[in-house]
Amino acid sequence: MDIPYLTSLVIFLPTLGALLTLFLREASSIRWTALVTTTLTFVLSIGLFVGYDPSVSTAIAPQLADVSSAWFPDTLDIKYFVGVDGLSLLLIMLTTLLGPIVVLSSWTYITEKQKGYYALLLLLQTGITGVFTSFDLFLFYIFFELTLIPMYFIIGIWGGKNRIYAAVKFVIYTLVGSLLMLVAILFLGYEAGAAVNNGVFTTDWYKLLEYNIPIATQSWLFALFAFSFAIKVPLFPLHTWLPDAHVQAPTGGSVILAGVLLKMGTYGLLRFCLPFFPNAAQSGALLIGILAVIGIIYGALIARVQDDAKSLVAYSSVSHLGFVVLGLFAFTTEAMQGAVIQMVNHGLSTGALFLLVGMLYERRHTRLMDDYGGLAASVPVLTTLMVFSVLASAGMPGLNGFVGEFMILLGSFKSTVLDSTALVVFATTGVILAAVYLLHMVYRTFFGELDDEANADMADVNGRELLLMAPLVVLMFVMGFFPNPFLRQTEPTTEFLLEKIEEKRTAALEQAEPSEETAQLPAAPPEVEEVTIEVDKLELER
Amino acid sequence: METDLLIRLILLLPLAGAVVNGIAPLFLAQFRTRETLIGTIGTTVVAVPFLLTLYLFVTYGGDPVVADFYTWMAAGDLDLSFAYRVDELSLIMTMVVTGVGGIIHVYSIGYMHGDEGYWRFFAYLNLFIFAMLNLVLANNLPVLFLGWEGVGLCSYLLIGFWYTDLSNSSAANKAFIVNRIGDFAFLVAMFMIFQELGSLSFDVLLTQGPELSVDSLNWIVFLLFIGATGKSAQIPLFVWLPDAMAGPTPVSALIHAATMVTSGLYLLARLSAVVLSAPVVMAIIAIVGAATALMAATIAIAQNDIKRVLAYSTVSQLGYMFMAAGVGAFFVSIFHVVTHAFFKACLFLGSGSVIHGMEEVEHSLEHEGHDVEDFDPQDMRTMGGLKEYMPATSTTYLLATLAISGLPLTAGFFSKDEILFKAFEFGYAGHGYAWAVWAVGIFTALLTAFYMMRSYMLTFEGEPRWAAPDRHEPHESPSSMTIPLWTLGILSLVGGFIGLPAVIKGGKWNWIHHYLGAEYGGPVAEASLHGHVPLALEWGLIGLSSLIAIGTLYYAWSVYSSYGLEYDAFLANRFGGLYQAWKDTYYWDEFYNSVVVDTLIDGIGRKAFAAFDTNVIDGAVNGVARLAQRASGGLRLVQTGIVQNYALGLVLGVALVIGIMLFGV
Repeated sequence: MDIPYLTSLVIFLPTLGALLTLFLREASSIRWTALVTTTLTFVLSIGLFVGYDPSVSTAIAPQLADVSSAWFPDTLDIKYFVGVDGLSLLLIMLTTLLGPIVVLSSWTYITEKQKGYYALLLLLQTGITGVFTSFDLFLFYIFFELTLIPMYFIIGIWGGKNRIYAAVKFVIYTLVGSLLMLVAILFLGYEAGAAVNNGVFTTDWYKLLEYNIPIATQSWLFALFAFSFAIKVPLFPLHTWLPDAHVQAPTGGSVILAGVLLKMGTYGLLRFCLPFFPNAAQSGALLIGILAVIGIIYGALIARVQDDAKSLVAYSSVSHLGFVVLGLFAFTTEAMQGAVIQMVNHGLSTGALFLLVGMLYERRHTRLMDDYGGLAASVPVLTTLMVFSVLASAGMPGLNGFVGEFMILLGSFKSTVLDSTALVVFATTGVILAAVYLLHMVYRTFFGELDDEANADMADVNGRELLLMAPLVVLMFVMGFFPNPFLRQTEPTTEFLLEKIEEKRTAALEQAEPSEETAQLPAAPPEVEEVTIEVDKLELER
Repeated sequence: METDLLIRLILLLPLAGAVVNGIAPLFLAQFRTRETLIGTIGTTVVAVPFLLTLYLFVTYGGDPVVADFYTWMAAGDLDLSFAYRVDELSLIMTMVVTGVGGIIHVYSIGYMHGDEGYWRFFAYLNLFIFAMLNLVLANNLPVLFLGWEGVGLCSYLLIGFWYTDLSNSSAANKAFIVNRIGDFAFLVAMFMIFQELGSLSFDVLLTQGPELSVDSLNWIVFLLFIGATGKSAQIPLFVWLPDAMAGPTPVSALIHAATMVTSGLYLLARLSAVVLSAPVVMAIIAIVGAATALMAATIAIAQNDIKRVLAYSTVSQLGYMFMAAGVGAFFVSIFHVVTHAFFKACLFLGSGSVIHGMEEVEHSLEHEGHDVEDFDPQDMRTMGGLKEYMPATSTTYLLATLAISGLPLTAGFFSKDEILFKAFEFGYAGHGYAWAVWAVGIFTALLTAFYMMRSYMLTFEGEPRWAAPDRHEPHESPSSMTIPLWTLGILSLVGGFIGLPAVIKGGKWNWIHHYLGAEYGGPVAEASLHGHVPLALEWGLIGLSSLIAIGTLYYAWSVYSSYGLEYDAFLANRFGGLYQAWKDTYYWDEFYNSVVVDTLIDGIGRKAFAAFDTNVIDGAVNGVARLAQRASGGLRLVQTGIVQNYALGLVLGVALVIGIMLFGV
């Protein structure tokens, strides 16, 4: 089955749903509209997953692409250009999957101004899907900014006590970064236009990819882009908006925030910063790696001393995203593939944790762990779901979290760009610390004596809640034991990107100092590696 | 039958059991009380794999069989499969896991009767077997690690099984986290191996590993050993094991004595060819093992909780196994793993039977209106004379006690003596530290016989020490519990004959050596030695250890039968501060509390990082915001809304621009 404009449909169907809700009055029909729209979008996005063929190269154009240059006059090469490649595929799927889950989780949680809430939620989904499918930098920027507004209102209107502060902080923080990025985009567009597009300003990703930026220019462009994305990730020390936003946001908002919104940062680093500015990215790799590892340890230790369960999970994101950033800047296939899969995994397991904390909050209207205790006796199913998600998040082999972390660390350890064993060893302590803070949460919330009547009478998960958790639980298991079908989808693009990065890096070096080219290239190690691989293969064949 | 299919069944049956026993009762409460059904499913899914393994064992042709099921993850050089390996070593381990595991499942049917979490218990136990089988059957390090972490998870779930008591849950957390420290080292070792060899499969590691540089090898083996000290409870990571006794007693027998805690030894034996290439680390392994054995044995003397005595005894016996590994006798450490599984499982299950009896006494006392607040059914000081009431338990406990003490011809005698002999031989061949290890081993053997006999005497002999024993009688456990006890008790007696010492027929009757040893085509390498210990000396060593075992057993029997608890008081008096240190387990827990809880969590986490986050980082962010607010507050004054002011500004501006143009500033 071939659906025309499938990618665009997946992006804009939620907007259509949002518009539809505006004409509806009854809260229940609004909810159902939102649920049907998001579910339909998810079903359509399966078409993307099936339609995407990893054996077809995305070196020249993305697959399932929709292009229209009717947007801007010919003097500017800015297009509506969306499509799918290995980097974006899984993140699109994650976004569309979380759509109906978030709607279901808000079913009884959001009781006021439902029309606005669901309309914004749907709009937000369009923004995020747009970010992951854009192959035009300008279009990307528009979608990137588009996600800000709905999220601002979702936190600001349906949030907790301190919601205004959190919402404003979230917007200003992100805006500062993205405005700087806008400056960089404009500059890059003109420069690239002059170099590879007959003088016409361009933001086409593939054309920008062809442009070899001089090393000196790379560093400050990289700095502007990376700064903007680092805020989004968030990378230490730019993370303090995150706990506030998470704690104040309603459950649905937190799930989207942790599940996919943060990934816009890591995705942006991977899609733009690494391939556009390879020399700058590699010179900055160690510094960013160090910040990422500080984030892993720092986030984990702060998570351990939180009293609020939601804030604990929020800080755990700071810690977990550190792994992803480390993996990206290792510049090895293993680590980069690990980072790609870890983005999805973190979305699944942290999404699940936020959903479960939200369920507790809906029942008892408190997030303080001290108010709970002994819940395992009163809500066994919820407890089981929580322990399962905690284990996934803590990187238990056989569940999803392990796969990403393992590949990231394995690939970073052998990375010649990072070239720091100590750094990866420190990062690995995150595995211990994750167990420390997550088990502590389980311990304080679910074990011990049921000494509070409100806890003893608590209702276990209902059918709706079970339904919304089921896909996450299944996927955490599937991606733990069978990650390879997913990895296979993304690997060709990752490989292509790494080759391109290496090619551009040497080209830029050559431009700068052509005479020293041979001296600078580490010619010997790759050959040695190849030999060992062959030996391995021979061994296996025998 | 196809070996592939058999491996699949062996692995997946316990998993299926875990899923069925875990999921159905979770959602359908009416299944939770169907004990017979749950217990039957739980036991069958372990018993059938045991029979299948037995079939594999009998039909094994001598060539390892590798079953490669599917790719787990692949990227770049990484190509990981769910691959499993059947060879002599994994067969022995699988038989122990499913065999002893099966016996303990049977025992649990009776032991857990009436418990609310009956279904959970069997689900976790089945899951444990699945994980443990992954560990021993894996053909690459990550699949082994999957099992390694999986058994840790089950251990966590089962230690904290009775979760309403928070102290159980905190013991569970402690076990998991301490194990994770070891796992951290394990992970780094894997990263190093991958960096050096580009593969994590055993085939590559065992053939190419020994050729790596000495530096890399030392690091790799050292890190793997750290991993092993976590799982197998050695200094400095042993602290979780004594607390792990908070779990139900069958768990202590299965996980914390017979199987999981021996996985560190399995790892070293599996990688013996690599370990042998790092002699410096081998010395460390032997010394740590000896130190742990001695330390734990002294602690065991001063414990009054019957399960704690057994827990420290386990730590001590694991120390022996590491001594063997450290002197390059990996097959002997596996030999001791096997015999220890028999006698220690028997002891733990016996203690469980005793605890059941004492709980009966407790309930009876409570019924009569006694205050049972301080009554501890695990405290040997309130026991005594149980032989009268529980003859099967006491006899089997005695058999296992004699075996662990090394009474000649019992299982423990052969395996422990082989360890001591190998240490002696290694020293004889020129490795100085091995002498010290041997001496510590001999001395620890003496302590072992003493504290084990003490635990038997205090529990089963003498007069009952609880109130009014004529009215509050404990009873022998049901046959579902005593049959496992007898099975293990008899194995503790005869299990040692699979490894007869070299003095008999020149070692030809040492079956386990011939089966596992690399020189006979098996998977386990050993140190090659120059210079053999003369036969007469070897007999002398056997005589010495026999003498020590018999002498100490007799001594402990005589003092505790005449003085009972008073002899403990005498020891406390005699050894003073040292005895107190044993009683307080050398203050390890205090040390870790101050380092981890006080320094890392409270100090760095709360006082440094969390404070830094709110005050410095967020302070700076909010400071910038306030600055912007203040600046705009200042600029706001300009926006007066009075048109004349704006006109004035306009004029001044124009004047400025003209001025600049005129004078060309």
